[in-house]
Amino acid sequence: MSEFEPKIITFLCNWCSYGAADLAGVSRFQYPPSMRVIRVPCSGRVSPKMILSAFRKGADGVWVSGCHPGDCHYISGNYYARRKFDVLNEMIEYIGIEKGRLHFSWISSAEGVKFAAVAKDVIETVTKLGPAKKFIKKLPEVA
Amino acid sequence: MDAYTDKIKEISKKILSEGKVDVVIGFRKGTLGYMSEPYMAKSEKDAENLVFDCNCRMNLVNYVTNRKDKVGIVVKGCDSRNLVTHIIENKIKRDQLYIIGVPCTGLADKKALLDLAEGEITSVEDDNETITIKGDGFEKKVAKKDVLQSNCKTCIKRNPVIFDELAGAEVPELEITDRFADVDEVEKMSADERWNFFGELLSECTRCYACRNACPLCYCPTCFVDESRPQWVGKSDNDTDVLTYHFLRAFHDAGRCTDCGACEAACPMDIKMRYFTRKTIKDCVEKYGFETGMELEQRPALDQYKINDPNEFIK
Repeated sequence: MSEFEPKIITFLCNWCSYGAADLAGVSRFQYPPSMRVIRVPCSGRVSPKMILSAFRKGADGVWVSGCHPGDCHYISGNYYARRKFDVLNEMIEYIGIEKGRLHFSWISSAEGVKFAAVAKDVIETVTKLGPAKKFIKKLPEVA
Repeated sequence: MDAYTDKIKEISKKILSEGKVDVVIGFRKGTLGYMSEPYMAKSEKDAENLVFDCNCRMNLVNYVTNRKDKVGIVVKGCDSRNLVTHIIENKIKRDQLYIIGVPCTGLADKKALLDLAEGEITSVEDDNETITIKGDGFEKKVAKKDVLQSNCKTCIKRNPVIFDELAGAEVPELEITDRFADVDEVEKMSADERWNFFGELLSECTRCYACRNACPLCYCPTCFVDESRPQWVGKSDNDTDVLTYHFLRAFHDAGRCTDCGACEAACPMDIKMRYFTRKTIKDCVEKYGFETGMELEQRPALDQYKINDPNEFIK
């Protein structure tokens, strides 16, 4: 059996983390190819609906990354996001989804090295947890 | 409780006759002995029907959303905090309201009353200490504290936060030692146990949305469950859909929920969905020291931020 390769949905903010991903690519930093990037204008744009939607459709992990606090392109978007994610993160664990499926980070567009390191870390953590079994919407089986 | 009822009638008649308000939103006796229903009193004669007792489980703030006229409203402690949230969120203006505050000694749990009864309940009387249940050929007295709704046992504000007039003398606030005992218990379980616990909890849910409709916080013109492009939540009673619905509803109420218990009281299947909302309350209290609806100047917890908010969970 081949080794499990997770599918991770990654939300990157346009101004910092997406730039960091770009820089990591241009600089040829290596990290596993298990993530699918979705570019969003700001980490504050990421709604819990989107994260749950990813899990519902079978994502093994979700990772949201934005600008460092104080560096938000929209001044305060990531401060609001931080409160939102903190409560959401607690709730996700509370309902019984394993710790380590949902990740958050602050990465500036100059931190290509950090991007590759966090990407590796996220992918390793999710790989260890194995395929997601909870919170996936399965269609009823028809005989 | 009769004293409250008389005072509410008196105040309502006064403000209706003086033309201070166009309508008083209050409670009247329901068709079932252990229920009351919302009532819009538009004249002095209507005001005779108003009551207040331990069956007033609904949150009347639900009915003031987006009103353009002047309204009088009967509020308990928890409801008054919802009213504060409504004013902050521009759903009603303070000067449109005449608030009749009721210092509340708690509501009776519907299920507890039904379990006690030996037949159909025809009336429930409440004198703040004892509850008398009367029905077909039986009469029972029970201490009020034994049949309280679970949210009333951990109530942090029994007296209204804002009011124009009180329907009785203020009551002493409860001293609560272990406010989030139920949530703590769930948190102690392992991830799989929690998953099974919530699966079991929601297994009876029929997605009737009674909890959403009973909640004063749920006033969006289009609820996320009704959105179709994109569709975030399926409409079926599939386990994942049900869980997503309860999860997101609780999340939308995070930092706004006052634990008034209207959702649970409205549920026809007796689902304890307050396990979700109480978790968000606990997080807001512990992380941000935030209590909902205590003052008119304070935005909801997720609509404000501090530079030094907890950051440890972020890489």
